Amino acid sequence: MHQIQLGAIDYAILIVYFGFVLGIGWILRRYVRTSEDFFLSGRSIPAWIAGLAFLSANLGAQEVIGMAASGAKYGMMTSHFYWVGAIPAMVFVGIFMMPFYYGSRARSVPEYLRLRFDEKTRGFNAITFAVMTVFSSGISMYALAKLLELVLGWSFHTSVVLSAVIVLVYIFLGGLTSAIYNEVLQFFLIVLGFLPLVLLGLKDVGGWAGLTAKLAPVATQAGYAPGAWSDSWRHLGSASANPMGVEWFGMVMGLGFVLSFGYWCTDFLVIQRAMAAESMTAARRTPLMAAIPKMLFPALVILPGMIAIALHTDRGGLLPVGSDGTPNYNLAVPVLLAHYLPSGLLGLGLTALMASFMSGMAGNVTAFNTVWTYDIYQSYIRPGRTDRHYLRMGHAATVFGIVFSVAAAYATTRFNNIMDMLQLVFAFVNAPLFATFLLGMFWRRATGHGAFFGLLIGTVAAATHHGLTLPHGAMPGLKGAFLGTAVHTYPSEMAQNFWTAIVAWTSCFIATIVISLLTGRNKSDDELRGLVYSLTPRLTDRDLPWYKRPATLGVVVLGLTALLNIIFW
Amino acid sequence: MNLDLRLPIGLMFTVFGALLTVFGLASDKAIYARSLGINVNLWWGLVLLAFGAVMLGLALPGARARPGGGRS
Repeated sequence: MHQIQLGAIDYAILIVYFGFVLGIGWILRRYVRTSEDFFLSGRSIPAWIAGLAFLSANLGAQEVIGMAASGAKYGMMTSHFYWVGAIPAMVFVGIFMMPFYYGSRARSVPEYLRLRFDEKTRGFNAITFAVMTVFSSGISMYALAKLLELVLGWSFHTSVVLSAVIVLVYIFLGGLTSAIYNEVLQFFLIVLGFLPLVLLGLKDVGGWAGLTAKLAPVATQAGYAPGAWSDSWRHLGSASANPMGVEWFGMVMGLGFVLSFGYWCTDFLVIQRAMAAESMTAARRTPLMAAIPKMLFPALVILPGMIAIALHTDRGGLLPVGSDGTPNYNLAVPVLLAHYLPSGLLGLGLTALMASFMSGMAGNVTAFNTVWTYDIYQSYIRPGRTDRHYLRMGHAATVFGIVFSVAAAYATTRFNNIMDMLQLVFAFVNAPLFATFLLGMFWRRATGHGAFFGLLIGTVAAATHHGLTLPHGAMPGLKGAFLGTAVHTYPSEMAQNFWTAIVAWTSCFIATIVISLLTGRNKSDDELRGLVYSLTPRLTDRDLPWYKRPATLGVVVLGLTALLNIIFW
Repeated sequence: MNLDLRLPIGLMFTVFGALLTVFGLASDKAIYARSLGINVNLWWGLVLLAFGAVMLGLALPGARARPGGGRS
């Protein structure tokens, strides 16, 4: 693609944004006195701020670039990542799980595991999580720098150093509060920066009706029914009828249940935002508040991809095409930015893009420094020091967390395969996690041994399933079948991923139950008070008017989501 | 927390809105060929100004009510 030329106005917008981001960190530095201030914002964040940060921390590179790419590649079915694969889990974590996370006063998700199960379960979760966040933030940085190199001609080093330094400064100064405040700023910037792009694109293709008409040839040329790119559910009857190669059961169980609940209900990156909320009610409302904009995000991140592929097919070659004839879907958003936006709004759009990368990175760094300091350093390396000591360690962890991320970004440029492999291993570790939490929170008989070995068995089951299956047309190796022969071939990589998750979850669930029944309980009912559903007094919310109760909000959110699914069926 | 977040959000979008509106009025109309002939800088600049003003409007009474800090 042609490189975009930025004008003075575009640079002015970018610089103003950087100024505000750093300024917020500078103002907030005064309020960081204890380690709880730094790692958990002193548990003082109002629900609407925590909610938008909950959303924004997840709104990294993968979301903006990746969801648009999926929109182009798979069409409207991508909306399942929101309306099936996010909202129900966000409602569940808000209403059913937050009472235990927030009520237990655990300072992190691994710490909850120690309170509920034992030290080894916490150690396993803390260490894998810490490694994973550093690599995720490195990969995010790598993606940003590559994109800016391609689109603007900026050097890779400049982008890496610039984004790393800015994120470092504002977290170092203001801790989690600064990350959360900036995430909210970034949220508004992303919405207001991408909205003109979507509106112009929609006007150009002739609204939703025009887009549907233009997507029909995209679908028929690929050998599917005309509506395959503009319907979300209609073509899920069999895996061969839709471009994702997934059937409804794999979609609902794999994505909607295992992967989605596994991420939104157990990932400390997002849970940390709710733990920082000012009260139990605010913590429970955090994911619910986040669900409302989340529900509408497909319009912002998937629609541009669908518009890009419609125009690409209709007008001939909008997206750059690779040597094998497939368009480069990852460039859908940058290409549209360059296509529609003049100098001025272009600067705003690019600033929004950078904001999304930085919020993803900052989310990882703040989760890393907390888990490192509380769950690894304070637990295994230097227990029993003063709070000042751990606060200093938090500052240091922010610095070396970012240094490791930069190293990971450079490692990705050199050894792409190692990164792919690491991501695969993380996927194996994460897939069974929700079974452990579900049993931990709702079954008091679940034991420490059961949880730990259940997790291990789930992880091994995920690796084994992946090692024995292969997506259609892939070579044995990282894509699967590394255990020798492929026992089963899936129609697509996505189908294989969904089923790996289902297998991992089921194995962990069964293994945890069996091992728990075979081993003695390591926690008495008294120790589990506030950690397990049946041993915790119900929250009644009677003091709140009905319309302010989390359950009411949850029902409204689920109802609206169901409505969206039906409208775009 | 002693910083009302609506204040920096309002300020930032007011600055963005002002920049875009002024640029939209001053810029050569030829650059709007790609945005379907619409002066998007001017229009979106006004939208951002309005958004910024609303945020500032929400933040300022709170700041006045409690000297030295915001509502939240």
